[in-house]
Amino acid sequence: MAAKNIQKTLGQEAIEQKGWLLAHKWLLLRRLSQLSILFLFLLGPLFGLWLVKGNMSSSLILDVLPLSDPFVFLQILFTGHLPELTVITGAIIVSLFYFLVGGRVYCSWVCPINIVTDIADWVRRVLNIKTSLSFSRMGRYGLLAVSLLLASITGILVWELVNPVTMIQRELVFGMGFSWLFIVGIFILDAFVSRRAWCGHLCPMGAFYSVLGKFSLIKVNALNRADCDDCMDCFAVCPEPQVIKPALKGKGTPIINSGNCTNCGRCIDVCAKDVFTIKHKFISSNLLTSQDEVHL
Amino acid sequence: MSTPINKTLQSRRRFLENISRAAGGAALFGIGLGLYSQQSKSLPSDAIRPPGVANETDFLSTCIRCGLCVRDCPYDTLKLSKLGESVALGTPYFDARDIPCEMCEDIPCVKACPTGALDPELTNIDDARMGLAVLIDQEACIAFQGLRCEVCYNVCPVRDKAISINRSHNARTGKHALFIPVVHSSDCTGCGKCEHACILEEAAIKVLPAKLAKGELGRHYRLGWEEKRKAGKSLVTPDLEHKYNLPEGTDYDYEGEGLVQPELTPFNESAIDRLNKGRL
Repeated sequence: MAAKNIQKTLGQEAIEQKGWLLAHKWLLLRRLSQLSILFLFLLGPLFGLWLVKGNMSSSLILDVLPLSDPFVFLQILFTGHLPELTVITGAIIVSLFYFLVGGRVYCSWVCPINIVTDIADWVRRVLNIKTSLSFSRMGRYGLLAVSLLLASITGILVWELVNPVTMIQRELVFGMGFSWLFIVGIFILDAFVSRRAWCGHLCPMGAFYSVLGKFSLIKVNALNRADCDDCMDCFAVCPEPQVIKPALKGKGTPIINSGNCTNCGRCIDVCAKDVFTIKHKFISSNLLTSQDEVHL
Repeated sequence: MSTPINKTLQSRRRFLENISRAAGGAALFGIGLGLYSQQSKSLPSDAIRPPGVANETDFLSTCIRCGLCVRDCPYDTLKLSKLGESVALGTPYFDARDIPCEMCEDIPCVKACPTGALDPELTNIDDARMGLAVLIDQEACIAFQGLRCEVCYNVCPVRDKAISINRSHNARTGKHALFIPVVHSSDCTGCGKCEHACILEEAAIKVLPAKLAKGELGRHYRLGWEEKRKAGKSLVTPDLEHKYNLPEGTDYDYEGEGLVQPELTPFNESAIDRLNKGRL
């Protein structure tokens, strides 16, 4: 394994096997999803077509359907205020959606900052940057606790005074202030200081969605784990590599059950052996028992 | 040698280390952020909140920063604070000198708010209290120079109630009047049209947060004439008419003669004086 430069060869076998397009299928779908959502928000201010109004913190779709970010909503509740029904409805709809499809689908399929941190990680790989500084993956839960605690102590939405995620999303739609500094900052942090630092270690919003989607129905699984040839590409590309090991190398369920998995599907893309699939979790576990017995 | 027990101990130690590192970092960050947040609680005096904000702290606890109020404002009055501006990040405000509030009757900004940060119970825009106009610079305001202007008075949507013109003597010319605009907090909504229209380079009349603009009488303090009006009569016991305890048939002479017996005293003064004293 030491001889192989995983940074350079990442995904090459999969490209040879399946072709470039299929080896980037989930990545392309995600980019399409992220950019379309951003584009929908920009249709109004740019072209006067108000299909979607507001921003990702709270919006109104086609002038009827309210959608609200459940994390910001939770902060409001922690200040001790019960807001109006509109935002409660919006937050419940969005919560239900992510509860079913996986909380961190928000991170990898919706949040535009994921594009920045994915590019940062790509730069890190291509330039073969290695730094030893690492934040604790628990850090985000610490910040999640801090954001809720401060809301209840001070009575105001303290995290929203500095939240880079909502700030950047808002200024992309409402006009850019200095939040581009945060885009640059997060890029530098992820590319040159510590791998996957923001989305994978620090962002309390990601932590919130991890908790929300812990028991979601749609999960990535390593159903064909018997075919794994230990190329390690999935570990190298995964933003949360710690979630793969129990499913791929463990003896238990091949379903990646960690709430930290973002359902980004990059492991499926880069695997030449088609070890991974994305399915709803009940079918997967039925299939597993029969297949695992054959291989054992 | 790594026995299974050693391994468990090691991983437990790593886990605890990990947790405490995260908790420590987050706590330290939290303290800094908490202190910073106290600073952001105060709204800069040149920024005005949209209608329906009673209290800045309550507003900052429920405003989700979605900008739906901004989108529904037909006059592009409202804007969201961007990073680098001194208004709490992402919250809506306006600058009256730039674009004032037009006081729409249907209040679309309040209707658009999904959280109630803009109070949905505000249904009459005249009840809005976004701030309070203050004629802050009497040295610059040309009305105080004896010139006719009254632009602020004439653009006021609540004219004659929120701003009235008080006339007073022009001491400089000695023969003209000063037409002084006076703001009344009972009716001023803080829309900022006066500040927007002020003809000076820098407006002499400005909308300020009510907290900055208003004084407050001591809570124990009562204005006697107001209380009298409310009660319909004087609340102070009136003085009894003073009475000298004099022997019957005598009077008291104010001019130094002391006790006199009017009947016995001859007319020793002029009739007019006597009438003025009220005696016959």
